[in-house]
Amino acid sequence: MPSPRYWREVPSRLRLEGSKCTACGKVSYPARRRCPACRSADSEPVALSRTGRVVTSTVIHVAPADFTMEAPYAMAIVETPERARLMVQVVDCDPASVRPGTAVALEFRRIRKEGRSGILCYGYKGVPLD
Amino acid sequence: MRDVAIISAGMGSFGELWGLSLRDLFAEAALQAIESAKIDHLDAIYVGNMSAGGFVGQEHIGPLLADRIAMSGVPATRVESACASGGAALRCAFFEVASGASDLVLASGVEKMTDGADVTEVLAMAADQELEAYHGVTFPGLYAMIARAHMEAFGTTEEDLAWVAVKNHRHGALNPRAQFRREVTLEQVMGSSLVASPLRLLHCSPVSDGAAAVILCPLDQARKYTDRPVRILGSGAATAPMALADREDPARLGAVETAAARAYEMAGVGPEAIQLAEVHDCFSIAEICCIEALGLVEQGHGRCAAKSGLTALGGKVPVNTSGGLKSKGHPVGATGIAQAIEIFEQLRDEAGERQVKGARIGLAQNMGGSGASSVVHIFGRA
Repeated sequence: MPSPRYWREVPSRLRLEGSKCTACGKVSYPARRRCPACRSADSEPVALSRTGRVVTSTVIHVAPADFTMEAPYAMAIVETPERARLMVQVVDCDPASVRPGTAVALEFRRIRKEGRSGILCYGYKGVPLD
Repeated sequence: MRDVAIISAGMGSFGELWGLSLRDLFAEAALQAIESAKIDHLDAIYVGNMSAGGFVGQEHIGPLLADRIAMSGVPATRVESACASGGAALRCAFFEVASGASDLVLASGVEKMTDGADVTEVLAMAADQELEAYHGVTFPGLYAMIARAHMEAFGTTEEDLAWVAVKNHRHGALNPRAQFRREVTLEQVMGSSLVASPLRLLHCSPVSDGAAAVILCPLDQARKYTDRPVRILGSGAATAPMALADREDPARLGAVETAAARAYEMAGVGPEAIQLAEVHDCFSIAEICCIEALGLVEQGHGRCAAKSGLTALGGKVPVNTSGGLKSKGHPVGATGIAQAIEIFEQLRDEAGERQVKGARIGLAQNMGGSGASSVVHIFGRA
């Protein structure tokens, strides 16, 4: 990943910032200029909670090149209390135990390492709360 | 708008075709369509192609491919909507003829996937790079999440998923151009290796090379070229949020629902009029969700359709008589055109052992990514 892109994505990827529509209340993650629900241009920044619940999930057995060492691993769409949804890996557990409804904490982790000379990419992963 | 017909089709076998390049594949299909229509010129060419750049390092394929069929000079444009590129190319050609701008337009699709590129990585470019691929999710992974959501909502089982593959392989065994011209058993599907749970290897369409082409002209000129033209009754397209996380209900394919509604409206028919359909079964769960989104079955009832025989040859609405993406093969950019060709041949009574007797109206539904784009066409005997 080119470093300008990595830097550019810091607010969403590292600070979990989204936007909340001041007209209809819809939360978007990452932030958007217009609300995808009502098209209003008025929004305020919102920081997402570091917890959420699994909406749907899978266990990846055949992984992309940068993730082969981690397979099998769980991936889930997690909804935060603000009703924002994000795609995350769920770790530190039996991957098969991650199911719709599973409560997770969102923890700051290393996501991927781009080969020998690429940058280390950080972000959030889910960790089951129970 | 003018009424539009398909007058000819060209398509070779799908498969791992190591002897044929991107340009060879295209030329075989396009020239077959041109020779079958006995035409000596084209007014325009559209080529559906997801990623010649990613798969073989070649962009700008419109002029390249036009030249390979001795049509240099003709406007030729590549159309991209991931795995829905073929359907999108057909839609461009349809509107070009319907508008009156052109009379003879080639709508085609081609993908060369087995030339050594990392196929999983190239296909993952059709997912949201920042929100999905970054975190290590694959395409099968996204469809697996759709499957998990469908299971939660409607009680769909792994066996229901497996039946889709069993049915489509039964159909594909009858298709001389299918990549996997053989049947598979329920036990083989359910015992195949996990790719992204609950999806297993035999729930997934294969990596394929292939091309397909059709020629469109105004309906009132079609009988100059063929005595059995097939009319395009309706064309609909739609998009949905790219990232699965941004869709209200991950078990529903909103782009397919909307594209279908638009195609039905233009055609002036509803789902009850559809006698056979080719739908985008890139993964077994996709066929279940698509037949629901198309209104061929009620929401939540898609899971039983393959097992009960409703969507099998001989059933009420045969789905994927070609074998579908699963058995026929899925050279991504060619798929939308190949689907149209199956319906074209069925409506001309040319489908051999797969023939749906007396079929007069058929539908083809093509889908990009994890369902962020979809194109639906409805065809009728002219």
